[in-house]
Amino acid sequence: MTATFLGMPAFPANAARAVHDAQLRANLRKATRTIRDRRAAAVAELPGWERLRAAGRQIKDHTLRNLDRYLLRMEEAVVRAGGHVHWAADAAEANRIVAGLVEATGENSAVKVKSMATQEIGLNEALAARGITVHETDLAELIVQLGGDLPSHILVPAIHRNRSEIREIFRTRMGARGRPAPEGLTDEPAALAEAARLHLRERFLAAKVAISGANFMIAETGTLVVLESEGNGRMCLTLPRTLISVVGIEKLLPTWRDLAVFLQLLPRSSTGERMNPYTSTWTGAAEGQEFHLVLLDNGRTAVLADEVGRQALRCIRCSACLNVCPVYERAGGHAYGSVYPGPIGAILTPQLHGMASELEASLPYASTLCGACFDVCPVAIDIPEVLVHLRGMAPHPRAERLAMRAAGWVLDRPERLGRAERLGLRLRRFVPRRLPGPLSAWTDTRDLPELPAESFRDWWERTGGGSGRPPERARRVGRRLPVRRSRAHAGDRERQERGERGGGGR
Amino acid sequence: MRVALFITCLNDLLFPGTGRATVTLLRRLGCDVAFPRAQTCCGQMHLNTGYRRQGERLARRFAGVFTGYDAVVVPSGSCAATIRARHPLAAPAEGSGGAAEAMPGVYELSEFLVDVLGVTDVGAFFPHRVTYHPTCHSLRGLRLGDRPIHLLERVGGLELVPLPGAEECCGFGGTFALKNPAISTAMCADKVRNVAATGAEVLCAADNSCLTHIGGVLGRLRTGVRTLHLAEILAATEGAG
Repeated sequence: MTATFLGMPAFPANAARAVHDAQLRANLRKATRTIRDRRAAAVAELPGWERLRAAGRQIKDHTLRNLDRYLLRMEEAVVRAGGHVHWAADAAEANRIVAGLVEATGENSAVKVKSMATQEIGLNEALAARGITVHETDLAELIVQLGGDLPSHILVPAIHRNRSEIREIFRTRMGARGRPAPEGLTDEPAALAEAARLHLRERFLAAKVAISGANFMIAETGTLVVLESEGNGRMCLTLPRTLISVVGIEKLLPTWRDLAVFLQLLPRSSTGERMNPYTSTWTGAAEGQEFHLVLLDNGRTAVLADEVGRQALRCIRCSACLNVCPVYERAGGHAYGSVYPGPIGAILTPQLHGMASELEASLPYASTLCGACFDVCPVAIDIPEVLVHLRGMAPHPRAERLAMRAAGWVLDRPERLGRAERLGLRLRRFVPRRLPGPLSAWTDTRDLPELPAESFRDWWERTGGGSGRPPERARRVGRRLPVRRSRAHAGDRERQERGERGGGGR
Repeated sequence: MRVALFITCLNDLLFPGTGRATVTLLRRLGCDVAFPRAQTCCGQMHLNTGYRRQGERLARRFAGVFTGYDAVVVPSGSCAATIRARHPLAAPAEGSGGAAEAMPGVYELSEFLVDVLGVTDVGAFFPHRVTYHPTCHSLRGLRLGDRPIHLLERVGGLELVPLPGAEECCGFGGTFALKNPAISTAMCADKVRNVAATGAEVLCAADNSCLTHIGGVLGRLRTGVRTLHLAEILAATEGAG
């Protein structure tokens, strides 16, 4: 029911565990680097990528600024095309609506297209609690579901699994949920895909209800758009009698023209493809079909109210930021404790869900602020900027707060800083090779640098900036160093009159 | 040209050699170097860790101290990037006048040398095998590009070897190194492996904060690779006669 996996410890503890899992490290390294390189090539070959990116950003910003208007236009168009529109303020309401709609059909199961919004609200679990079984049909989601696992990537939820692990999951778990894996299943990708295909085909043909999300909604015509690469989505969208789509309110685009920009941005950023393999669009209900659109807020309106944080709502869930992130590559998606892992998760989860738990409060700090995510983002979300913004709102540990306050006090006056430096350097012989307390996190794995005998400040004062002036004089000049330009020139003249080389060149 | 040196708090305390080298280098190139003693810190640590009020206080102090010089030179990519991106006065907002105009340009060292002074050959001699780590804030914050590389290529006797995976973060990230030590060290382990693969004697960067982290692991692993700030190589005339 929540955006975070309940009961998980904070990011540093999760990540530390993940780092020691050699298999996970190898799987992630191989997978993220492969997609990363593919994306880089697909973006590099396109002239005007930056202009496309700017257009994507502007379209999203414009839509978000006028969201109220476009949402009503969307609702009107869907209803006109024979669909039903439901408004869900939060996860509980959305789940209640979907469960009610499934129950009204008299069915007790549904097939599902891969969707982040339904993951976010924990729809599968909520429906299971009401006796409705949901079958995931995306290959990676199927692997996660069969393995009783949690997703660890937005695009490739089973990225933490390699093919031999997948074979084991198929071999041991598939039978319990339907058609078992064929005898003698190998870990060849083609064989694994075929096993999944046979297993899923039965589901598609039997399904009466399908649940999906959407990548985009086009307000002018009330059209929903799903991008996928396996064809399972199209099966779900067309075969069952009832289709229920749960979509975040930020997924809107005003017009089809706007969609053209995103159909270029999204495939190249997410899978590194020039064009998306299966793009399905539908408007209202097809003949003989019932269509329900559940518009999901679940914290988005609150995010929209935050002037810095709202840019996160531009996200199109491409996962380029995950694939390029050095922290994600080593920590894995589970460490983020949310269906939204990686850099985008680190800014989405705390915003959608608050920072009450230790896990959520640790997410804005799960980044070195290296900026690689911002560079690859197709809608130019300045993730480091939002991370820093959220750090300002996160609860800070007491010891850190005191240390920061002390540092702030020292740095507020140069005399204090000078005295603190002198004291520290005088005691340098007593600094142990292993530091105590929280600082041991540094010396556990790194040597300390050798401490100098005097600070730069003191060196400058003692030597007059290396110009050979006597210390006493240098100190006086030093104190009077200019703050205003007029005084700066006065200082120059003074030095020239004394015939000193001062800062002059050769 | 009257240049104010912003030494940065980290260099002031731990790496005065970098400061002395910067002074030597700038004077050799004809600059009049001042060290405004009222300077302390750009506020990066506070701003990046979520202590905005204290960070902005330090940013205001910075503006007061450096107003009136022709240029401010900073031998640190991350401090220069903090000042440019996060100090309200250093980035002149459109349509605003006043303080923004009086604030001089703040330049990272290699930017100042290449863009302002227009030099790439600074007359240095450093006969060693060197590899260069671009650091995230220099690379993606300041967009220094190849400026430091061009400077190093023209150092006499220096053999510059490319660093594999150079653009990847070393895992320092300021307080990240303490808050997420496992990931920080895992990232650095990969960086160090790449440094070792170059066979370089010296790892160079334009930021001592990253070098403290990478150097700390290089030292712990007894790799024998030395870390040096760009300024110290550019100031060197060792053996030049």
